[in-house]
Amino acid sequence: MTKSDSIIKISKLNKWYGKFHALKDIDLSVGRTEKIVICGPSGSGKSTLIRCINRLEVHQEGSIQVDGIELTDDIKQITEIRSDVGMVFQHFNLFPHLTVLENCSLAPIWVRKKSKVEAEEMAMQLLEKVRIPDQADKYPGQLSGGQQQRVAIARALCMQPRIMLFDEPTSALDPEMIKEVLETMIELADSGMTMIVVTHEMGFANRVADRIIFMDEGQIVEQNDPESFFKNPESDRTKLFLSQILDH
Amino acid sequence: MTMNTVKFEKLPDRLPPVNTVGWVAWVKQNLFGSVSNTIITLLFFYLIFLYIPPFLEWSVFNANISGSDRSICDENRSGACWTFIKVRMEQLLFGLYFAQNPDQMWRPIMAFIVFGGLLTPLAIDRTPYKKWLLLILLVAYPIFFISLVGGGVFGIPKSDASEWGGLLLTFTLAFVGIVLALPLGILLALGRRSKMPVVRSFSIIYIEFWRGTPLITILFMASVMLPLFFPSGVEFDKVVRAMIGITLFQSAYTAEAVRGGLQALDKGQTEASMALGMGYWQQTIFIILPQALRISIPSIVNTFIALFKDTSLVSIIGLLDLLKIAQNSSRSLDWNGYDIEAYMFAGLVFWIFCFGMSIYSQKLERKLDTDRNVE
Repeated sequence: MTKSDSIIKISKLNKWYGKFHALKDIDLSVGRTEKIVICGPSGSGKSTLIRCINRLEVHQEGSIQVDGIELTDDIKQITEIRSDVGMVFQHFNLFPHLTVLENCSLAPIWVRKKSKVEAEEMAMQLLEKVRIPDQADKYPGQLSGGQQQRVAIARALCMQPRIMLFDEPTSALDPEMIKEVLETMIELADSGMTMIVVTHEMGFANRVADRIIFMDEGQIVEQNDPESFFKNPESDRTKLFLSQILDH
Repeated sequence: MTMNTVKFEKLPDRLPPVNTVGWVAWVKQNLFGSVSNTIITLLFFYLIFLYIPPFLEWSVFNANISGSDRSICDENRSGACWTFIKVRMEQLLFGLYFAQNPDQMWRPIMAFIVFGGLLTPLAIDRTPYKKWLLLILLVAYPIFFISLVGGGVFGIPKSDASEWGGLLLTFTLAFVGIVLALPLGILLALGRRSKMPVVRSFSIIYIEFWRGTPLITILFMASVMLPLFFPSGVEFDKVVRAMIGITLFQSAYTAEAVRGGLQALDKGQTEASMALGMGYWQQTIFIILPQALRISIPSIVNTFIALFKDTSLVSIIGLLDLLKIAQNSSRSLDWNGYDIEAYMFAGLVFWIFCFGMSIYSQKLERKLDTDRNVE
């Protein structure tokens, strides 16, 4: 892949929490429309890494470029990057005091400065895409976990992002609801969205990912296409991890 | 080995057994559920039987309300002397100025009626344009109130605020205190959680200073010391000084109540709004405050109720609020000795207002609780 193709460029990224070295010399570039799955044990820094991309975490060393914009303390640039990068959280983080439709149209109205009609029209379209248009006037608390997560995906998509980050989107879901969320994500992937997904759903990774990244101890241990990653892991650490999550 | 699949059949829903529903079951379970429960229930019934009938006898059945002087009450001492309250009602409600100028009494009465007229629709769910109504109540109403009750404009005779008294004064002080302290308190609570050290330190010092000082001291200071800070020409009305003191004091308490709500909020809410590209004020106004204020309604209203009652401390700087007027009346030559009636009346009026606030806050809480399934 040539450099001009990449939409995210991370180089020599280091991040500390106090004295704890959470990310160590991360180099990563993500191509347009590329789908990346990041996996690894808990505490390996995978969530921290994607949270650095939209500045939910502040890094201390190295650089992150998103679509040509360097991530600095400049609040204007941060806002610009954030409105171009959608994020889906483990615990959905829907706004409980707003209806599903309001959840989806609030940011387009106030950040993207769209008219209310326009924003709500687009919200309805995306709610249809995630197959819950009939829940538009309900509050998040009245929906199932799977439905809430699909609303969260629609909410992020309403900002018309160029990149979507998923931070363990199915970890907080009941087993019966995981499938509906993964299906939505697969459809999104098929539509050509650039995606970085932190997940342990290896079936999803195998089906969707262009590249799987394995992290441990704040480092990228290995990265490869799904086939090579699952069949011929290079590192013994990866082998151990795979044997633990696949053989049970 | 062959696998037999068994068809899953859903059992029909049945009603609960009869002996667990209905009021008989409720009484049995909740009032006479166990031996100790039964004893407590019987004890309370006995206490009610012991105290309520004599109280009703005194306050209702044997009470005096006719006539216009103490002679009737003095003849029948077995009942309450509501005649006293009736005769002094104008003073108790509106203070000395309006009691002495009965032809001007329509002004505070109208002010109260308009207040009720604005507040009642706000408490009803289906009222349209609620936001505008609230704006009128908070911005236009105070101007209307000052011009009508204070006078001096449109040919209405002037009534000095220091001559207001009774419920009118209590209400005015509480209303001003509540309306001004809420926005100030919200800003202070946000300031206390700000990432900017200067803003944060200022908020902490402000809150801790006013919270650590008794209201009586503040009222004294406002009354005696505030004029020292201004050039000799500038003179504040005594009531205005009390209002400033009460607002400064109250805003610290409101700030802490609001902060409680802010702290209870999940971090994910801020993160989600940040991830959507919202700026600080957008996050605060649309996401954080609506939720934090809902959470802190009980404690905010708690501080409002406390304030409403604390306004009676203004008597210390010579203002005649409801409680003070009631007390003074019961010590006047005309009604000397009837202080129980005076205090009971004042207490009842305070209670009605505070209970009203409490009921409204509970209603608001239920209405804003979107977690509940509203089908």
